[in-house]
Amino acid sequence: MSTLRAIPRRLLLSLITLWILSVIVFIGAQLLPGDVGRAILGPLADPRAVANLNHELGVDRPLLVQYWSWISHFATGDMGMSYTMRAPIAPFIATALGNSLKLAAVAFVLVVPLAIFGGVIAALNVGRPLDRIITVLGLSATVVPEFVSGIVLILIFGVWLRVLPINANWPPDAGPLTQVYYLLLPSLPLFLVLFGYIARMARAGTVEALDADYTRTAVLKGLPPRTVLWRHVLRNALLPTITVIATQVGYLIGGLVVVEVLFHYQGIGSLIYVAARSKDFPTLEAGVLTVGIIYTVATLAADVLTSMLNPRVRLGAAA
Amino acid sequence: MSMQAADTAPAPAAPARTGGAGRERLRLLLRSGTFLAGAAIVAFWVACALFGSDVVPQDPYAVDLMSKLQAPSPDHWFGTDRLGRDIFARVIVGARDILTIAPLATVLGTVLGTTLGLIMGYFRGFIDEAISRLIEAVLALPLVIVALLALVALGTSYITVILVIGLIFTPLIARTVRSAVLTERGLDYVAAARLRGENPFYIMFIEILPNVVPPILVESTVRLGYAIFTVATLSFIGFGIQPPSADWGLAISDSYGLINGGYWWTVLFDALAIASLVVGVNLVADGVQGVFET
Repeated sequence: MSTLRAIPRRLLLSLITLWILSVIVFIGAQLLPGDVGRAILGPLADPRAVANLNHELGVDRPLLVQYWSWISHFATGDMGMSYTMRAPIAPFIATALGNSLKLAAVAFVLVVPLAIFGGVIAALNVGRPLDRIITVLGLSATVVPEFVSGIVLILIFGVWLRVLPINANWPPDAGPLTQVYYLLLPSLPLFLVLFGYIARMARAGTVEALDADYTRTAVLKGLPPRTVLWRHVLRNALLPTITVIATQVGYLIGGLVVVEVLFHYQGIGSLIYVAARSKDFPTLEAGVLTVGIIYTVATLAADVLTSMLNPRVRLGAAA
Repeated sequence: MSMQAADTAPAPAAPARTGGAGRERLRLLLRSGTFLAGAAIVAFWVACALFGSDVVPQDPYAVDLMSKLQAPSPDHWFGTDRLGRDIFARVIVGARDILTIAPLATVLGTVLGTTLGLIMGYFRGFIDEAISRLIEAVLALPLVIVALLALVALGTSYITVILVIGLIFTPLIARTVRSAVLTERGLDYVAAARLRGENPFYIMFIEILPNVVPPILVESTVRLGYAIFTVATLSFIGFGIQPPSADWGLAISDSYGLINGGYWWTVLFDALAIASLVVGVNLVADGVQGVFET
């Protein structure tokens, strides 16, 4: 009961977080760059042209007015006009998000079972060489930047073995299986980064559960080891892993920027990258805020899910 | 239980109180295989950063269009890039910029984060609550994306990269320091100092700070790994280290369009250099974490 009552409070905190986030993004994209018209037209442009463009873009209005107009439109799904594409931003974001979702889905479907398996195997062999190998390899895979592992994977699978396409863009009429085939190589760098995190949590959770009194009780009352592992150990061990998987959504999107650039894939990451390169502030703003919203919602969902699955966790107590 | 403590990332460590603890920890560190392996890798790259330009056989910046894109050979051990520059020499001196920027950003983040964490943990109340919300908002964005946003707004230079990464690390380190301070402030020596009438800043920096050094040390070694990751990534996407530096991320960004043509040497050695450096730093961090958090 207390967990359910804590949900509105958690929701409120998420809203506050999002509001602060929107202010940070606004400051970053609209306040810090200074004279937007000058930035677009260049240092040699006529001051009247700059003033005209600033007026047209609405950036000569008071900051609070600008913020309110931006955020109130954003809330209704109107993300404004792109400077460079001279078109509404929202459709671009929607398409890009769809593409990124496909890539992320391939990475998650591959990594979640394998990483949990790796972590559980490491935990069952705690302190032995196999555990050290999985732990050190997992740590190493996690810390290497995606573009570095991506380059090495491209060389191995795309250039030397020639078994996987190095460009993520599938032919126009490709079916779902072909799309997955094209996304396999781009998803591997993301796989490597996520593997270490998830395996680490799965290992820690399993080690703790193996050590717990209920496991000892289950063993002592004569349950077969397989039943103890599935019913008692894993069920308790994998709960914290759900939370980690959800928090990885944020890191995943950060990784998408690089992976999508490397594999020429039109997702939210490359959208943000292109907007940043061309100083297209409204698109940059919309992209970054969208990423923040996705992350916040994912974390919130994970918290609620964990609290519903596990009566020992009480939302709000930790805050 | 102790295994669990070693494996869940930044948890506040037990405070150092006994005088011999430092030496004991150093002894444990020197017996840890992962730490030694990591330290050896890092030491190698630090040596390259410091003395590399004096020992490389060729000028890493000398353009020679007559011998561009040559495969590895006795003349050019790692081959040449598309401007005919010797890649072996560039990989060796390429350690310099990233090993300047990343540590400076980490130091900046550690100093600011420690100060902020001490204030949050010691005063609690509104300051703590407000800063916590701000931290949560910053954490809702991937590091690379916040850095990208800030660098587009401010313009890229060594100073802005250091400032941006340092400022993003500040709340992360503050959070660790805060939770360590929360356990310290209930202890008798803090109460005694307060009863003596010491001012809050004396208590924070002279009394509490020495006792929360272990978690700060652990957190900043972990952060150094992230700083290298981030600087390399930013350089790859063009918002970090700028040409004509021999930086590895920059070199990969410059050459990765060529790999389909079979010019693998233009990217492979730089990729391996970055990979070895981040893995080295993280093995060191893992070793430090293992010793300080048990």
